[in-house]
Order: sequence, then structure tokens, then C-alpha cells
Amino acid sequence: MKEKLEQIRREAEERLKAQNVDLEELRIRFLGKKGELTSVLRGMGALTPEERPVIGQMANEVRAYIEKAIAEKGEELKKELLKSKLKKERLDVTMPGNAPKVGKRHPLAKVEMEMWDIFLGMGFDIAEGPEVEYDYYRFQALNIPENHPARDTQDTFYVTPKILLRSQTSPVQARVMEKQKPPIRIISPGRVYRSDEVDATHSPMFHQLEGLVVDKGITMGDLKGTLELFAQKMFGEKTRIRFRPHHFPFTEPSAEVDVSCFVCGGKGCRVCKGEGWIEILGAGMVHPNVLRNCGIDPDVYSGFAFGMGIERIVMCKYGIDDMRLLYENDVRFLEQF
Amino acid sequence: MNLSLEWLKEFTPALETTPHEYSDKMTDTGSKVEGFDELGKDIVNVKAGRITKIEKHPDADRLVVCQVNVGDRSVQIVTAATNVYEGALVPVALAPATLNGGLEIKKTKMRGIESEGMFCSIAELGLTLNDMPSAVEDGILILNDECKEGDDVADALKLRDVAVEFEITSNRPDCLSVIGLARETAATYGDFLSVEVKDVDKCPRYTARYVKNVRIAPSPLWMRMRLRASGVRPINNIVDITNYVMLEYGQPMHAFDASCLSGSKITVRRAAEGEKFKSLDDKDHVLRSDMLVIADDEKAVALAGVMGGANSEIKDTTVNVVFESANFDGASVRIAARDNAMRTESSSRFEKGLDPENTLPALERACELVELLGAGEVVDGYIDVYGKKKTEVTLPLEADRINAFLGTDLSEEYMIKILEKLEFKVENGIIQVPHFRSDIEYMNDVAEEVIRIHGYNSIESTLFKSGVKIGLPTREQAYRRRLCDYLCALGFDEIYTFSFISPKYYDRIALPENSPLRRSVVISNPLGEDTSVMRTTALPSLLEVLSHNDNHHTHGVSLYEMAKVYLPSDDAEALPEEKFKVMIGFYGEGDFYRMKGVVESVLAESGIKDAVYSACPDDPSYHPGRCAVVSSADGRAIGVFGEIHPSVQKTYGIGSPVYAAELDLNTLFALSNFDTHYTPLPKYPATTRDFAFVVSDEIEVGAIENVMKKAGGKTVESVKLFDVYRGEQVPEGMKSLAFNVSMRSPDHTLTDEEADKVTKKILTLLERELGITLRS
Repeated sequence: MKEKLEQIRREAEERLKAQNVDLEELRIRFLGKKGELTSVLRGMGALTPEERPVIGQMANEVRAYIEKAIAEKGEELKKELLKSKLKKERLDVTMPGNAPKVGKRHPLAKVEMEMWDIFLGMGFDIAEGPEVEYDYYRFQALNIPENHPARDTQDTFYVTPKILLRSQTSPVQARVMEKQKPPIRIISPGRVYRSDEVDATHSPMFHQLEGLVVDKGITMGDLKGTLELFAQKMFGEKTRIRFRPHHFPFTEPSAEVDVSCFVCGGKGCRVCKGEGWIEILGAGMVHPNVLRNCGIDPDVYSGFAFGMGIERIVMCKYGIDDMRLLYENDVRFLEQF
Repeated sequence: MNLSLEWLKEFTPALETTPHEYSDKMTDTGSKVEGFDELGKDIVNVKAGRITKIEKHPDADRLVVCQVNVGDRSVQIVTAATNVYEGALVPVALAPATLNGGLEIKKTKMRGIESEGMFCSIAELGLTLNDMPSAVEDGILILNDECKEGDDVADALKLRDVAVEFEITSNRPDCLSVIGLARETAATYGDFLSVEVKDVDKCPRYTARYVKNVRIAPSPLWMRMRLRASGVRPINNIVDITNYVMLEYGQPMHAFDASCLSGSKITVRRAAEGEKFKSLDDKDHVLRSDMLVIADDEKAVALAGVMGGANSEIKDTTVNVVFESANFDGASVRIAARDNAMRTESSSRFEKGLDPENTLPALERACELVELLGAGEVVDGYIDVYGKKKTEVTLPLEADRINAFLGTDLSEEYMIKILEKLEFKVENGIIQVPHFRSDIEYMNDVAEEVIRIHGYNSIESTLFKSGVKIGLPTREQAYRRRLCDYLCALGFDEIYTFSFISPKYYDRIALPENSPLRRSVVISNPLGEDTSVMRTTALPSLLEVLSHNDNHHTHGVSLYEMAKVYLPSDDAEALPEEKFKVMIGFYGEGDFYRMKGVVESVLAESGIKDAVYSACPDDPSYHPGRCAVVSSADGRAIGVFGEIHPSVQKTYGIGSPVYAAELDLNTLFALSNFDTHYTPLPKYPATTRDFAFVVSDEIEVGAIENVMKKAGGKTVESVKLFDVYRGEQVPEGMKSLAFNVSMRSPDHTLTDEEADKVTKKILTLLERELGITLRS
């Protein structure tokens, strides 16, 4: 009987190796009620009591072996089946994707939002004011009295002798100082208008972002520190800034501020015209007359202000050589940002 | 000693007097005048005449009859003279005339032929052969061609002068000379030139100096080249000197031709209202009383600080010159220059405010140059009317405050060193500002002087030390930003367009003539018509951009703009209202229902529920059958959207239908609601029922939905239209609609009976209110 069991095991082994094995048929043949193993076990009655447990154990081992082998074979076949199915489902992954269209914010908005975030992070609020403005806020309040040379009508659009299109966003600063007691920490972004014919670098309407801080003990060092931090966040951690003395009627001392070229890092390139520096800011310590005009005592408070043209930064940042593109709104341009 | 006043005037060019007055004054100061002889005074009405024709006198052999051209007419003169000939230019005493010694000449007839006067010999003009060696003693004086027909002969021959006879005492032989007497004359008369400044505020200082016998010529090469390098065109030596000094000293100057100044007094006064003035560039101006002029006794000769007058311009024939170096108030020069459209190098300097201390050094420099160039003779003495002296500016040197302000740690000694380099004086802690620096008034100004020389870049960067402060956009700013991002997420590109447009743009979007939107804020000095008014609607800007893209063959675009519009106030003194409009537009990427979906979506994103959409057939920019207004449940208008009217689309040259939406940001923001509350997820399943109707095209889906929701009450969770069909099996003018209604109860699973009951209610109300029944 031993030989018989051994033979069954070998036979099952052989059969399982066959190409198109029918596992169910095999199971019935070897393990079924009329199967070979069952019929061997039926003959156990003829064995001696000594032989019976030995043969019984052996028969169970053979059964367990066959059951396991069939199950394993079954798994193997399933895997192969899936594999061949998946193979048939292959896609051409080089075909184009099918993403929903997402619009782009205008490059001017994109850069302005970056600036918002940097200054919001530094505790600035965002102040807005009218674009069609009283000349008082554009001039007198900002220490530019009537008939001051800086009032040339050549660059300001007027509506009436007393109402104009603001040529910078500074009137907002005057309005804020008039209403709010220090500490003041604001930026004022917005549209400004100047009587410049449209060309590659000029536009009668463009965008500025100005900042104003007024408090006790504000220093020119704070102005430098603030702009340095801004420049590093805006243009990269390695950015340096440079102050050059200048004159603005509403600040004293005043400076023009250059940042190290964020394209070449200061080595000189097309964007910085080989200078390594790009002029992007005007800044200074708020003139005592401006503070006084707005009801703030310059002997108690000091402050700084700065301003920059957003178009200029956008053009440098993205290498745009013609300002007109920003207002033409060709989607082939817009969708690059 | 006989003194020719003509000669004297060469040395005292501004002398304006009468012989009597002169004699009296000179006698009073010790130069006794015996008397004077007014030479040439007798000779009246003697004109140069050209003989055009000589004929024999019919009745007298020794007389001839001449036709003579005396400039304005031809006269007939009968003469016995024999040295005349046709073409000769001769002195003609035209009756009534007088000749030397008072001889009167009248019209007369000579042997029956009329003679209107007489030809003159040298004797008749009081001359001798010594005076006029070229003449014939007993004949008529033949004039050379230096004078022409009609000229006064006494003037042309310089016969008029005053000879003043002085009795010079023996101790003053120096006065036996023109120069000596000129010296005495000058002392007697004081300044020949006097200046009166009537408006000291506008003219704090006026200095002037006389230069005589100028020789107008080109200035030397070195001066011309320096001017050229400085961008100034060389003119002649005198004008060049004024420009040279302006460039060298920063002090604008002016030179007048003294002969054109009437009287000896220069007045700096306000112009009369409406006073006329011709500037030396030959342009005419009408002045106002707030403009300052330099005037002689009769007329304005310069617009102060701006430009000289054509009437007193330096010419090649100029002999005497008055140099002006004055200080004028910046603001008034600026107004005068601006309002007369004459911005000059001079006015642009004055308007910035110049130093009155600089006028005299500049004037002296000009005179020095006159002498250096040999351009004329500088007359002794200058005029200086310094009515409003500049006050010296002093302020304390507050080193600690400056350091605290700059964020620096500079020593007081170091600050003083810098200030002294800049010509400030510092004594006992007080800074004295140099007179040429009018910009230093406050501590800030001193701080700037110190730090710019020390170096801006040596300031250490710090961050301000005020306490923690949070920076936040306002809710509205945050909403605007969120909306922009949301529209991008919906597939729209953001655009930026100009706020000013042409008023013609209103025609392009078919705004009616009487539309209130046509009233715009108008720019008084626009660059051009295209940018001349502030827009009251941003629709033209949007369509313009869509058109640009279509023209550049982009087949479909979806755009939006957060666009400001400017609505004028009724009060001309008040500022306009500035509002944001959310402008959305597309072509080639969807239809009306996409636009409606976008609007719904924007409202949903804003937390605005239950908006009402209704057809808007009367907006002229939109298709009358494809336009809707959207408003809040309580009736506040949010905006309008739809398909752009085909004729407007055509105007913009866009090839396919265009869809646009204009939403009012203020209203959206006012209605927005971002309070979010959690609603528990449903515990019990929903039951759905489908409904199909065939209804008239006139019935709006919105109306059916509203009835279904009203009838179903709380049980109806949603009503969804899922099919619209027109065509076969549906009669003309009708449409087939299919809705899916979802019902649910929060506390149990709805039974079929319950669902059927709701269905029945819906159908009953639909029939009652809209007369529609289920499709059979």
C-alpha cells in the first residue's frame, strides 16, 4: 500500500506539470469520493493494526500534499491569466493627457500677489484709495505746494483743476495717515496714470505698489532692513540691495534703490544691461511736512515710505521686452505664466 | 568849450534831457553853461528827392522844370540851377519849409509855372565846403546814395545836434574834453538807469549794469565750443555771455538793447490784465496781472525770468546794452512760463527757486567777460535793488536725534566735518546753511547731508521693533483674490485692460444715446481720443481683447477681468464712484449655459443661495433672446450675462458667438456668506421619481422647477432636469422635458405610498399652476 500511495503522489505531481491541466478533474480523480486516494484508504481495513496508523498518516500526508499542490497551481494559473489580461490592456502612455483647462492669473496680478504675501507676512495691511483723486492728496499733502516744479501738467492727467488721475499711489498714504494714528504699516498697490505715449517701456496706465511705516523710533536702517528682506523673499535669498541718494519732495532723506540682478546674480547680463544692478524702488524717510500735513507730529514719530513699479519688476522677472504685451492680453502670452 | 550832446551821449548813453534842463543842472553843479545852439533846428521839411525828368521852361531860357520823386509823391520844382540832371538825388525844401537862418519857402509860380518848393545848396543848409567837400559851392547839393527818396535831409546829414557852450574854469582843464564833461554829467545825473521793483515778493532782487559801445560779433571759439558742448546754440557775443554766465553761475541773465528802452527807468511790475507782449521768438502773448514783467516807461520789455521781448532784442546794430541779473519767485515764473507755453532754460531754473545772493556775482562775471571779449565798454556802477533779503537759515545740530533717525552711530565731530565740507558753518551746536542751499530746513535735511556723504549703504539694515502685528487683507480684498483664483480654476485667463477708453466705444456696444453710462469722467488733457474718458463699463475692453485674440486665430478663449469702472458724481467737485466689475467672457469654448454655469458657480463659491435668473430682452449689447439678469432672492441686481448681440459681435469682428457676464463685485461681496455649518450625512436612502412632460416652448424650466419644489416641500431634496427634446413626436412649438426628483426623509426610509403621495401633490400643483400634465 505504501507503494501505491507513493505512486499516487508521483502521478499527481506529474499531472500537475502538464500544459493544460484541468485542476478540477485532477481534484476529483485523486481526492474525490471515488478518487484514487479514497479507494486506497478504503482498503485500510485489510491492514494490520500496526500498519494502519502508519499507512493512515502516510495517506493523509499524500492528501495534504496533493491539496496544496492543486491550490498552488490554481494561484499560479490565476496570476498568469491576470497577467495576460493586463498585457492586453496596455495603453500608449506617450499619448497626450487630458487635463481640464485651468486659467492663469495675469502676470501683473501674479507678481502683485507675491508682494502682498511677503508684506502681509511682515505685518503690513493693504490700503486702497481712489484712482481719480483730489490734487490735494497727490500734491499739497505730500509736500508739493501749488506751482512746485514737480506738478508739471505734462505728466499728470487732469479731470478738473482740482481732480486728477493719480500719477502714483502715494495719495493713499496721505489718506491713511489722516485717518489712522501710528503705528501704521501699509502697502498700497494700484493703478496709476501718467501722460506717456505707449511704447515698449512706457504706458499711460501702469501699476505701483507703495509702502508706508510710521511709528515711534522708525529708522532709516529699518527702511533698509525691510527692503532687503522684501528683495530676498521676492528675488531670492542671495539678493543684495543698494541705496543711491535721490530727491523726492515727500521723503527726506530719499533714495533710489537697486537690487542685485536676479537673473545673473550681479555678474551683468541683458536684463540688468550689464550693470549687475536693477533699479526698482524709490524710498526714503517720510518728510516732516508730510507727517505734519496729515496731523502726525514729526518730533514724536518718524516713518519710511517706498514705492515700486510692478510692470518693471514683471518685465525683468519674466524677461518681457515690450510693455504693450501686458495690456494686449493675447492668450498665447497670458498662458505662459 | 563847445560840447556836442550827440558826442556826449556816447559816454552817457542813457541821458534823457532837454538842452535847457541840461544847462541848468550842469551850471548848478559847477560846470557853467554859457548857452547852447540847437544846430539844424531851422531846417524843416527838407527831403531827399530824385529828379525823374527835366524839361525846358516854356517862357524862360534859364529855368528848367523838374519832376521830383520825394518818396511818397512826385512834385514839380522850377530851378535855375545848372548842375542838376535826371537821376540826381537832391535836397528839396518842400513848401512850406524853412532853411538855414529861418528862410521860409512857399509855393510859387515862376514865369507862370508852379514850383512846389526849392532845391537846396550847402549854404542854404548852413554848411560850408569844409563841411561838405564834395559839394559845389554855388550849385545844388548832390546827395550820395546813403539816403533815399523821402528821407529827412537834416537827419541824414546829421545836422541836428545841440552844441552846449561851457565856461570852464582854469582849475579844471580836464573838463576841456568830452570825457571830462561826461564824467561831470554822470556825477550830476547819478545813475542813468534806475530800477523800481513794484512787487518785491515776486522779485526779491534785481541787479543791472550798463555796457556801451558794444560790438556785436560772434563770440570767441572757446566760448562757442563750451556753449555747444552744453547744448546751447551760440548767437552773438552779448547773448552768448548771458548764456555762458547762466551755465557757469546757474543764474539766468538777460540783455536788453538800451536804445529800445524808453526813458531811463526800468520797472519790475505785474502785467496789466490783458497786456500784450511779443517775446523775442516773435510769438504774441496776452498777459495776466499775476505775471511779472520788466518794463520801461511805456511797455513790457521782458516776461520776468522767462523770455525777453522782441522789442528790445539784441541786434547786429545794438550799441548799448543793459544786462539784467535778477532773482524772481519760482512759482510766479512757473505760472507765467506754463500759461504762455514758453518753458525756457531760464524759467526752468527760476521755478526751482534760485539764490538771490548769486545775482551780483553773475552780473560781475558777465561784465568781466564783456571786457575779456572786447565786446563793449562796461559803464561804472551797477544797480542793485535787493528788496527781500534772504534770511539766513540756521538750525541746531542734533547729533543724537540724527543717529536715532538714521539708525547710525556717528560722532558729532564727524557730522561737523561732513557739513563743513559742504560749506555749512557749525558753531556752538548751530548750523548755518550756505546761502546757495535753499533745501535745508529740518533735521531730516541735515541727516541726509550727513548720510549721503558718509554713504547710504553703510547704514546697517535693521527691522523695526514695534510689537507683533498681524497683516491681513480686508475681507473684501481676500474675497477679490479668492474670486480671481476661482475663475482661473474654472479655466478663465485673467486680463488687464486700460481704465480709459474712447467715448466711441459706447457706440460699439450699442449703448443708446440717452444711456446714463455715456456720462463719463472726462480727462481734460488726454493723450488721444482713445484714452480720453474713464470707462463706465468694462464691456468694450473685454470685447476688444476677445476680438484681438480671434484676429490672431486663437479658436477659443475664456477670459475674466476684475475691472474698475468710474461713475461720475452729479457734483463736479466730487470724486467719481469707483467700482469693481467681474467681467467674464469667452468665445469658441461653450454656449449660454456654460456662462450661466460659471455665474452659478461664482455665486455658489460666494455662498450666495437662491439667486433668481430672469430673461433680459432689452440690454442693447446682448442677444434679446439669450440674455439674463441675475439678482439675489431679495431682488438686489448682481449682474447681467448672455450672448453678445450679433451686430455688436460683428462690430468687433469676432467670428463666432461671444458670451459675456458683468457682475457687480460690491453686490456679490455684500451678499457673500462664508459661514459654513456641517449638515449630518443622510441616514436613510432617497427615493427618486422621474417625470416627463410635453409643454409649450413658452413655459420656462425654472417655473416648473419652482412649482415642483413648492409642491414637494421639505421632502423634495432636489429637482434635476435631465432631458430636453424637440423634434419628431413632439408637436411644433412644444418641448419634451424630463426631470428627476429625489425625495428623502431625515428620520425614516420613505415608503412607496409616501413617495406616491408627494408625486401626486407635485402633479396636481403643476396642472393647476402651469396647466401641464405627465406625458402620456
